[in-house]
Amino acid sequence: MAEVTLIEGIRQAMDEELARDERVFIVGEDVGPRGGVFRATEGLYEKYGGSRVVDSPLAELSIVGMGIGAALYGLRPICEIQFADFIHPAFNQIVNEAAKMCYRSNGAWTVPMVIRAPYGGGIGGGLYHSQSVEAFFTHVPGLKVVVPSNPRDAKGLLKSAVRDPNPVIYFEPKKGYRLIKGELPEEDDLLVPIGQASISRQGKDLSVFAYGMMHYYTLQAAEIVAEEGIDVEVVDLRTLLPIDEQTILKSVEKTGKALIVYEGNLTGGYGAEISAILAEKAFVSLDAPIRRLAGPDVPAAPFSHPLQDWFMLDVSKIAAGIRSMAEY
Amino acid sequence: MVNRTKSKRVAGELMDKDTMLDLYHEMVLVRRLEEAFETLYQEGKIGGFLHLYIGQEAVGSGVIGARQPQDRVITAYRDHGIAISCGIDPKSIVAELFGKEAGTSKGRGGSMHLGNTDLNFWGGHAIVGAHMPLATGMAMADKYRGSDAVTICLFGDGATNGGYFHEALNLSMVWDLPILWVCENNQYGMGTAVERASAVTEIRQKAEGYGMPNERVDGMDILKVYEATSKNLDLVRKNGPFFLELMTYRFRGHSIGDPERYREKEEIDMWRKDDPIGIFRKHLLSTNGLTDAVLDNIEAKAQSEIEEAIKFAEASADPSLDSLFDYVYVD
Ligand SMILES: Cc1ncc(C[n+]2csc(CCOP(=O)(O)OP(=O)(O)O)c2C)c(N)n1
Ligand SMILES: [Mg+2]
Repeated sequence: MAEVTLIEGIRQAMDEELARDERVFIVGEDVGPRGGVFRATEGLYEKYGGSRVVDSPLAELSIVGMGIGAALYGLRPICEIQFADFIHPAFNQIVNEAAKMCYRSNGAWTVPMVIRAPYGGGIGGGLYHSQSVEAFFTHVPGLKVVVPSNPRDAKGLLKSAVRDPNPVIYFEPKKGYRLIKGELPEEDDLLVPIGQASISRQGKDLSVFAYGMMHYYTLQAAEIVAEEGIDVEVVDLRTLLPIDEQTILKSVEKTGKALIVYEGNLTGGYGAEISAILAEKAFVSLDAPIRRLAGPDVPAAPFSHPLQDWFMLDVSKIAAGIRSMAEY
Repeated sequence: MVNRTKSKRVAGELMDKDTMLDLYHEMVLVRRLEEAFETLYQEGKIGGFLHLYIGQEAVGSGVIGARQPQDRVITAYRDHGIAISCGIDPKSIVAELFGKEAGTSKGRGGSMHLGNTDLNFWGGHAIVGAHMPLATGMAMADKYRGSDAVTICLFGDGATNGGYFHEALNLSMVWDLPILWVCENNQYGMGTAVERASAVTEIRQKAEGYGMPNERVDGMDILKVYEATSKNLDLVRKNGPFFLELMTYRFRGHSIGDPERYREKEEIDMWRKDDPIGIFRKHLLSTNGLTDAVLDNIEAKAQSEIEEAIKFAEASADPSLDSLFDYVYVD
């Protein structure tokens, strides 16, 4: 087994899927010779050529819209949006076209495509290069929304996403691209199923639900509080839509407490949905009020470092949240 | 820097000698500022994303140098030079990039989001193309109020490939809005050359498609930029939209850390020979009876202003943490 970064997992997934299936192609701004702004497509243009690793004009609406059309016609596009903050010009194409196509055609027209977008703050990007936008899309049946938190899942989930017959939005924790490292098994065809959360740490005192970058921090926080005698169960949600209710409910039935950690704004964020599910279906198991630890309700992460740090959740804030929950 | 809002330019007039010296100073100031940012970034004193204006100074100084005080300016994220030309103090620009309280937006925005209402500078905007519809609204408001202000909207070549651009151009023509569209064609959108991303390589032809009068001008020569802007601003005031394409080149990467695999060193060297500051300097020396000493003096002054701005920014306070929740709404 070799230790690789999260972004390397993503790159390998695309490399293998391009090699496996000639219907697969990548399209986006500077994904070709430049290898993408974050270098996720590094080397793929050289290997597969400009007709399969396609530089597009600066036009997100068309990157996605064109992807939908190509998918309808049997290709398997992987559309790259440079930053999740830039996905909004394509919102209509995603929500009104990609998500509704199967439903409106009684299943006759399908959209097997992946839209990759790096999300999240903590890299000094400021207002328009730091946003977490997953909640806009988890409100839309017909889409699948996936967020990996480690190299193995990053690879296995992306390969599954490419093969999924539905539109999958794949949000990548950009701060973790090179920070998060992990072992990648040398499996021929590593697939991680979409739609399943994973218990990344077994525990009995309380459950913490997280995904992406926040999951990475949560695992560290769990180790810190473990030394203080708090035994945390960490659930990596991995797929936000469709939701793996069973794993979520089972964990809370065991621990009796739930803390949900996410980076996006608190109000109307993804944690609200997990919270509602628990309130509706696990009420009798709960020993404490459900809590959300999330980004503050301000329009975007400010640029200034002290303000950005104040805005962002981190290991110590999550550890504090766990302690206060454990005390309840 | 020149306080452009006090400019007394007479419509259609060519640059007088004082204006030339002001603008020479301004271009050098922008150059020194950007060089300082490059160093500060490499030293880890500023972070985030940094897009430098080096090579394009004649565009910002020439276009904005020709505006009247009532004319509004709005641009994309490569905005440090534009901010200087609009009259923003380098101190508050450096402070902004340091994320300090004394910055143009108290450290909230950073490099790409400078702005100042009093100077009629409506910002750098980080989402490519998204400011162009805003420009139509500003121009619409001016027309609505019967003001004779023009909105000057600057954007890159890459931005003309997105839908925002086309909707905004069309609307400005249909409603006859007082807008000067200024395309800074530096021939690349990030790593993508114009001919790989745009169906027409002469961007002005896109304006042609909307029946909009247009012109393509050398953007490395400030005299040409100034003259074209000044003439066309007057046309816009009378007749509605005009599209000005300025041919320029960025001497640095798209942003700091760009490996620049998409262009050859020879190409960069070729363009560097047309350094806009060098071109202007040559002109000043040959036709205006100025001496090297006068111009060197101006350069030294610019250098010390930037040094002062950095000292100021370094000594300024961080924004208070509570301010995170300020300005989400107005009361
Ligand atoms: C909607 C959107 N898509 C992508 C980006 C990322 N991006 C920033 S600048 C840029 C290239 C812009 O090129 P151009 O308009 O020519 O301006 P230049 O950088 O040359 O000044 C890209 C792709 C963005 N900021 N916003
Ligand atoms: Mg450009």
